[in-house]
Amino acid sequence: MDCIIIDDEKMARVIIKTLCEKVNSLKIVSEFSNAMQAIKFLNENSIDLIFLDIHMPNFNGLDFIKTLKNPPKIILTTSDPKFAIEAFEYDFIVDYLLKPIELSRFEKAINKAQKHRAPESMRNSKNESKSNSETNNDLYVNIDRRLIKIDLPSIYLIEAKGDYIHIKTEDKDYVVHSTLKKIEEKLPHSLFIKVHRSYIINIKKIIDIEDNSVLIKRDVIPVSRSRRPELMKRLDLL
Amino acid sequence: MEKPNLDYIDDIARGDTSIKKTLIDVIKNEFPKEKEDYFSSLKNKEYKKIEENVHRIKHKISILGLIKSYEKANEFEHNLREKNISGYQDFQKILNAISEYLETI
Repeated sequence: MDCIIIDDEKMARVIIKTLCEKVNSLKIVSEFSNAMQAIKFLNENSIDLIFLDIHMPNFNGLDFIKTLKNPPKIILTTSDPKFAIEAFEYDFIVDYLLKPIELSRFEKAINKAQKHRAPESMRNSKNESKSNSETNNDLYVNIDRRLIKIDLPSIYLIEAKGDYIHIKTEDKDYVVHSTLKKIEEKLPHSLFIKVHRSYIINIKKIIDIEDNSVLIKRDVIPVSRSRRPELMKRLDLL
Repeated sequence: MEKPNLDYIDDIARGDTSIKKTLIDVIKNEFPKEKEDYFSSLKNKEYKKIEENVHRIKHKISILGLIKSYEKANEFEHNLREKNISGYQDFQKILNAISEYLETI
């Protein structure tokens, strides 16, 4: 099995590498001290197994898991089992290892990984069915008793303001009596993403992204922590 | 105060002296910087950072076989989540014990 290690602590990576060398079927392809580097690697490479530390500063193991499009098998490594329990809702999590990792326990986890067959991700199949229905490029909105057609790809930002939403397009802005939830259901999933409880953005119009915000046209839009992994997953990272 | 030991490292290395040396070198290289980061965060009362620093050091405490110290560090880490630094004196003793031990290996 081709493996990678993601752990911010060098000592932990060296120990896992040492343990892997004792198991013939494992080949460490690469190692990363932060999850963001690993996301870039996984966009271009296919691997069988990840040893993933959960507790890492800034972007932790659980955030990382949420960004995976086609997740390989994962063995979690942690000093605190309570973090691992949260991750066990995912089918592709094979096992978790408590640090410091003992060789016998490590071998047991590898046996589990070899036998494990991860079911197809439910999330992926949901996304596929949604994208199949994305054929309509126009949206009609009711403004002052007139139905006005808006070209969906021209929308770059939708902002909730009380009982209204502000729809911003390349040419014009519209104020519509509706909710973000209602318009979100009408938008193509491939183009739009809700990055905050008050904002939906067109992913193609992003200029740049900082830690907790995106620049879209001239607007700086906050990105909530819980929605950041989904945003990162949707980007085509180099 | 319990004494650090290399039992875990010996167990992992299984008699391979080069692996043992690599593991000891990594601890000796990483630990001083982690300790320095911890004191810097403590000085600035950056609780989140102190918690992260303690979490990283905790792994080394367990690698060096300090079972009771690991429990104390764990407790300290939990206290820090509530912005409470009680336990820092014990943690300092653990850091000192490790520093002294690393000088001898």
